[in-house]
Amino acid sequence: MAINTDKNSYTVLFATGMVIIVGALLAFMASSFKEKITENKRIEKQQNILYAMGVNENDETSVEFVSKSIVGQEFSKYIVKQYVVTGNEVVEDANAYLIDIKKEAAAAKDSNYTRRLPLFVGEKDNVTFYIVPVRGKGLWDAVWGYVAIDTQLVIQGVYFDHAGETPGLGSNIKERFFMDDFKGEHFMDGDIFKGVAVAKGNADPKNNRKTDFAVDAIAGATITGDGISAMLKKDLQLYVPYLKTLKQ
Amino acid sequence: MGLLSKKDAKLITDPLFDNNPITIQVLGICSALAITADLKASIVMSIAVLFVLGLGNVVISLMRNIIPSKIRIIVQLIVVATLVIIVDIILKAFAYELSKTLSVFVGLIITNCIIMGRFEAFALANGPWKSFLDGIGNSLGYGAILVIVGFFRELLGSGTLLGIKVLGDPIEKTGVYAFGYENNGFMLLAPMALITLGIIIWVQRARNTSLIEN
Repeated sequence: MAINTDKNSYTVLFATGMVIIVGALLAFMASSFKEKITENKRIEKQQNILYAMGVNENDETSVEFVSKSIVGQEFSKYIVKQYVVTGNEVVEDANAYLIDIKKEAAAAKDSNYTRRLPLFVGEKDNVTFYIVPVRGKGLWDAVWGYVAIDTQLVIQGVYFDHAGETPGLGSNIKERFFMDDFKGEHFMDGDIFKGVAVAKGNADPKNNRKTDFAVDAIAGATITGDGISAMLKKDLQLYVPYLKTLKQ
Repeated sequence: MGLLSKKDAKLITDPLFDNNPITIQVLGICSALAITADLKASIVMSIAVLFVLGLGNVVISLMRNIIPSKIRIIVQLIVVATLVIIVDIILKAFAYELSKTLSVFVGLIITNCIIMGRFEAFALANGPWKSFLDGIGNSLGYGAILVIVGFFRELLGSGTLLGIKVLGDPIEKTGVYAFGYENNGFMLLAPMALITLGIIIWVQRARNTSLIEN
């Protein structure tokens, strides 16, 4: 070829050109699909919240959300109220589910900042659920989820998700066999907050003991499981003062 | 294969057997260990690599005469990363669920040594069509091993295949579990992937002794 690709000037020129082209291409792609992606994320949030309170299309073993086309209606049908809990103040806010938990947690590191906690009240077959978002760290990346609690402060359903846990091991936190174990599990010992631990060797694989504050861990996913325990402990606790007022 | 000349067909079949990227060239081991704990993840990863390697090889091959040799590795990395991210963005916009399944693999694909290896060893010296075939062949060879390892690890480790309980229920003690069989949890951990891979390499070299290095 005619071009001398070994010259330093050519190398610099090529690198610059490549960076500009690739950068422009990626920026263009990202901005042109931004709206669609945000919309997808919003739908996913609604699906997850509904899933936790038992509004889903699960069959025997699979995890199936309500379909994309009806999730908006279902969400306004089942989620009767959305609150933002700030300290002792509780305000109704129809867009509370759009609050970014990650940003709130980061802002709360400043001790002057009172964290805004979104809380969703769902109603299905005359049963009231309080749905709480939680977020923490797994082995590789973030883990998060939604926990549906009844008025007796017993967990009635959860949905967990993750950004990058090991496929086949940690990623199993979003499988039925793990999430279903949380149903009926207690996280309060009377008035004392206990949380739910993902425990190894608690000899209770069917999770028959609902008041031991523990569910059976996943083999090969110890650190992800510990991350879930820590996440539940940390984030559920934030809501305890408010939830206690409900119980009375 | 009527479509391909004998030489071209060899580009596809060679990496499947006697020049397999994992068992012979020993590339891409990291992802082979990391994600083969179940069969589904192995299959998803294989398809993703098939796509990226096929396309990436063509792009690199088209650029081969203008890439400055001093920074060729960086250029290769940029090409892979760009391809993967573009696919990721498109999936996020149009097939969100699929993108959630794949998001875990994105990092693994970019750093997969097979991809860099094929760019460096083949695409930089050959035309686009040959490079494409080479990419397909190598990713199929990679996928074949992943699926074999994933099959045994999921079957022996969890007693399931693609999430279906093929050996019965370990908690209810049905199927083979009724006879006292237990899942081997060790199969789910990375060391057993290495041992399974070792066994495959052993079997392959025992069948074809010309592959044994001195």
